[in-house]
This record gives sequence, structure tokens and C-alpha cells, in this order.
Amino acid sequence: MMAASANSATAQAGPPVPAAIEVANIVKRYGDFEAVKGVSFSVAEGEIFGLLGPNGAGKSTLIRMMTTLVPITSGRAIVAGHDVVKDSDAVRRLIGVIPQALTSDPDLTVEENLSIYAKLYSVPKAQREKNIAEVLEAVDLVKWRGAQTKTLSGGMRRRLEIARGLVHNPSIFFLDEPTTGLDPVSRIAVWEMLDNLRRTRKLTMLITTHYMEEADKLCDRIAIVDHGTLVALGTPIELKHSVPGANVVEVHFNRETPEWQQRLESLDDVTSVQAESAGFYRVLTSSGSRTTMQLVELASSLGETLTSLSVQNTSLDDVFVHYTGRQLRDEQVKPPAFTMPPRPGAQP
Amino acid sequence: MNRMFAIVEREMRKFFRSPTLMIMSLMLPLMQLVIMGNAFGGKIVGTRVAVVDYDHGPQAVKIREAFQAIAVNIKTFTTVDYTDEKQAREDVRTGKIDGAVIIPAQYSRRVYAQDAPVIGFVADNSDQFTSSSLEAEMQLVVTALTTPAVQPRLANTIALEIVELYPYVNYMKFLLPATVALAMYISVMIGGGMLYIDDKARGVHEGYLVTPITKLELVMGLNMAGAIKATLAGISLTVIGSLMAGLGVIFHPEALAELFCLILVTAIAFNGMMFLLMVRVDDPLVPRAMFGVLNTLLFYPSGAMYPIAAFPKWLRALAVVDPFTYSIHGFKAILLKDGGFQAIQFDLFFLFTFGMATLFIATPLFKRTL
Repeated sequence: MMAASANSATAQAGPPVPAAIEVANIVKRYGDFEAVKGVSFSVAEGEIFGLLGPNGAGKSTLIRMMTTLVPITSGRAIVAGHDVVKDSDAVRRLIGVIPQALTSDPDLTVEENLSIYAKLYSVPKAQREKNIAEVLEAVDLVKWRGAQTKTLSGGMRRRLEIARGLVHNPSIFFLDEPTTGLDPVSRIAVWEMLDNLRRTRKLTMLITTHYMEEADKLCDRIAIVDHGTLVALGTPIELKHSVPGANVVEVHFNRETPEWQQRLESLDDVTSVQAESAGFYRVLTSSGSRTTMQLVELASSLGETLTSLSVQNTSLDDVFVHYTGRQLRDEQVKPPAFTMPPRPGAQP
Repeated sequence: MNRMFAIVEREMRKFFRSPTLMIMSLMLPLMQLVIMGNAFGGKIVGTRVAVVDYDHGPQAVKIREAFQAIAVNIKTFTTVDYTDEKQAREDVRTGKIDGAVIIPAQYSRRVYAQDAPVIGFVADNSDQFTSSSLEAEMQLVVTALTTPAVQPRLANTIALEIVELYPYVNYMKFLLPATVALAMYISVMIGGGMLYIDDKARGVHEGYLVTPITKLELVMGLNMAGAIKATLAGISLTVIGSLMAGLGVIFHPEALAELFCLILVTAIAFNGMMFLLMVRVDDPLVPRAMFGVLNTLLFYPSGAMYPIAAFPKWLRALAVVDPFTYSIHGFKAILLKDGGFQAIQFDLFFLFTFGMATLFIATPLFKRTL
């Protein structure tokens, strides 16, 4: 399902796959503020499931409820077959969690960080050493095992966080914005690593992100969350197909006139037109090539000049706009304001 | 249990890898010991006292000779001759001189006539230390002048014979028990308060909370680590401070065992108190803001600097529940008096009970969720 009204979804159609995570009508309230408003979905075993949304959408609150960090106000969450509220200890034993912040101790070495977490999960000594060696191999930090964490780069520290979450061999892996703050190269390296981990360890992963590209490349299914509500859910392809129009044409005229919007909407195949800035429009169309031709002809007939013209396939950004009425990237390019890092337990 | 020891291991590795905590928790108390120990408790020397002599008789000369002896020997003061009493008083008031002795006219005649002779002393009592010291010297001079040259064979006045149980306790030695307690408090404040809240704010606790560790294991692990750090700070300062103050008690195994027990229960009490205060705090500014307030609230009412017997009732009530009181009393009993276990058994009992009680209250208050 992809409709915002239903606010819930189940695993993909096909042969029944046991659900690793089932969330039913989950709500989180902080006083009068409702951070998560009755969200339901399920994640199949071995699936990479993405929660996509802007900052403050409720993604982190959702993941914190599923990982027993934040009490659930109402609703139910079953993780690895255990109720998060009633059997939280069993849930904790079976999950690996990578919080948004880098929480490995900078004064300890890579190996010490992993060893302490393995002890917190009561991994026996022999198994502990084997697990540490394996996860270091998996995240490509073998030669850094004796290095103090504070000497690692941001990308390496993020890989250490991932290794730390895997040191007790969890079956479900929760990652809260795993690539935030990383440069593009490190980000791609983390994606490749996560994809590799999924294949080799048969992990179920739930990832929150506000990067469209990350969700698109990494996730089998994506739930779009906005203002604490699940507004759409499906595979990236399903989500893109759910938006009317197969292509996006970005057109920039040399000057703005009041009639452009109307003229563009009247073109054949065009399903919607978004004004981006003066003379700049994003046109959703079922036929990119035909609309492009029509745009050139229109400009020529009116004696106007096209500054730029590009045709793209529908992106998740368009999906987000379609379901929420605004662009996700708008949320990300707001003028930077100084904000303190979120405190544990603070409202999202 | 293993999970609790994992928390302790993490904290201790961090503690030894970053010596800042140890250095900072020892630096302030050591500086206090050295500077205050040397600044206070020393003898007053080199002050200036005016002598206004309206008599010029033989008894006035005897006074001047006594003053001369003081100036040459113990050097408490030197004398400056004034001719005008009014000017002398004014100069004491303005600080040009530290006191003034007025020898009135007819003083010698009154001494010989045994007609209530009086010497005046103008003191600047805005400075209690200097004025008391000068008054004491003047009193000695007067006593010496009054004492007959030939003593009667049998004393006809009541005498008080004072027996001092312990060797002379200079101010640095007096200050050492309070300094050890202060070092442990700072260690707990930084290691158990500030670092605990900083870790919470950085999300380190979030990392703990997603593991299967129980609330009790986590609380006990954090407190055990805090108590070990405070114990190490206490031991370090006891050894360094004793050597600096010239106390040999640390070379006696029995006293060392008593000190270790006292340091351990003090660490448990201080850490428990700090954990209780911080258990629901999230803001890293809070422990920093509380540092000075708690220090004043707990250190000074404990009898560290001034006897509790001199406090008003409300301050005495505070001293009764203040763990510093028992810690400092215990350290004084061992370091200065070698009083043995008997002298500190109530201190040990109170501090241990206090520590356990605070942990007992703090554990249910500790949130296993964010």
C-alpha cells in the first residue's frame, strides 16, 4: 500500500516471509505533543527497510521505541518475535543498534570498544574473540584494531559503530541515520558495507535516513514518515510509480511570466507542475521526450528563450513531494541555525 | 555480574588513559594544602608598634627593654617612638603601624607605690590574627613585669598544668584530613558527576541501554567505577599529603589499613550522594554549576576548618547529615591522633550506611529508558 490515509502497510506480496518486525498502531506522546501518530508496518526477515523523512518527522522516536529505548505510549511492537514492552530483555539480546550519535569511546581502542560491548551482551570469551575478528574483517578495520578511536576518521568511526552493533551476532540491525555527517565517498563505502553485511549475515535491517539516494540505493522497501505519520510505503520502484508521471522535466525560462504555470499544465501528458523559482519549473509528465519537444515549440512560438532543459526519471524526492506537499531537500537546506545536539529523551 | 564489570572496565580504562581526572582531582587539594598550610598558622613577625612614653621613668625603661628583647629574639614587632598619643592612634587606624603602647605619666611612681599601674595598648582588631598575636605578646610582657624578682618557695596561686597528648600539629597537618576528603569529593564530582552527565549527553548511555544490561548492573557498575576512582584519589593524596606535612602515620601498617577502610567508605558515601543528585540530570551544565555550591554546603559545615561546636544550631544540624563531617573526623582521628579503629568505627558505619542508602534511593530513580 502507498496511500497516506491508511497509515499502515504489510510486507510485500509473494510467498509468505516471517516478519522480523511488526509494528501495530504505535503512538508516542510527550505531554500534548504527539511525535508518532499510530504508525503500523512490518518488516520481513532479511529485508532492508528504510524510514525516510525530514528531521523531526518521528523516525528516531520510532526506532527508539522498537529498540526499547523509549517507552511506547500505545500500540504494539513485536521485534524478532518478542513484544518490545513485555519482553524487552529478549528483544535487546537479538538486536543490534547503531544510534545516530557516535557513541564509541574515543579514549579506548577499536578492539576495547568491541570487547566491552561483547561483554555487555554476555558473549563468552572464546566466541568474543572470534566475533571481534569477524566484525573487524567485515567493516575493514582489522589493521586499526589497536588504534585509539579518537584517531579514526569519521567514516572509520561510523564503521566501528556498525561493528559494535554486530559484535554479538544480532538477527535484526537498527541503524539511525548511519551516514549522517559523512562525506560522499565514506557514505558510499558504508552503503556497500551494509549491503555486503545483509548478504553475508542474512541480517534484517531497519534504517532511518533523510537521504533520498541512500533510501533508493539501499532499501528493499521504504516508509515515508512525515509529522509522525506514515504517509507512504512500498519498494522504491512502487513508490515512484505511484506518482503520476514517469519523468520529470526541469525547465528554466529566461524570464518569468504569470501564464507559464497555466501553459505548462495544459501541455499533453503533463500531470503536475511545480514552480521552483522565477522562470524555473519542475514538470511531471508521462512522456519526457514528448513534453520536451512541446516545451521547445512553446518557447519558440512565444519568442521566449530556454536557459536550461533536463529530463529525469521520477525520484523519491518527487514521491516525497507528492505525498507531503513539500520537498524533503527543502527541509535540509534551511538556513543553518545553531542547535544543540539532541539530548537523550528530548522530544524529536 | 560480567556486564557490571564491563562498565567498570570501560570506566577504568578511560580513567587511566586520560589522566586529566586524576591530575585535576589532586591538583586543587594539593595546592590548598601547600598554600593554605603555609599561609595560615605561621607566627606573626615584623609588625610595627608605636611606643608613646609620657613617663620616661625607670619602669618605662624596663618596658622598652622588654620590647627590645622581643624585637631581637622572636621578632614579633619592632617599636617606633611617638610623642603624641593622638597621632599614634591615627596611624594605627590608617595602617601605618600595627599597634600602639601608651605608657602614661606617673607610671613608674604608680608601680613603686603599687597604685594600680596601667599600660595602654591600642590594637587594630579588624585583623584578628595580628592583634591577638600582639595582645598575647603584650600580656607576656606585663606578666613578666608583674612577677616578683624572687619567687616564693611555695606557690600561693592555683596553677593549671597542661598535658598535650600529641606532638605539635602545624596548620598543614591540621589541614591534611580535610584535603584528603576534598580530593575525593573533586574526584567524585568530576568522575561521577560531570563525566557521567557528559557521557549521557554524548549518547554513551544510549549505547548501554540497548544492551541486555539490567538497571542494577548498570547502576552498580557506574558507582563501583566512581568509588574506585575516588579511592585512588584518596590514597594518592593521603600518601603525598602525609609526606609533605611530615606525618609518618602512612608507614604504620595498622594505620594504613584503617585509612584504606575510611577512604573506601568515604568513596562509597560521596559517590552514592553524587549519583543520587545526578540520577535524573541530563544537562551537562548542572554538575558544573553545582560544584561550588556543594563544596560550600558540605565542606565548610563539616568542621574541616572550624570546630562544629562553634556553629549555630542550624549549621550543626547540617553537619550531622554531612558525610564530610564523618570522613574528616575519621581522617583526623587516624592521621593526627592515631586513634585506631575504635576512634573511627562510627564514622565507618555512618559513611557506609549513607552510601548504601543513597544508592538504594537512586537505583529506582535511574531510568532504564531515554
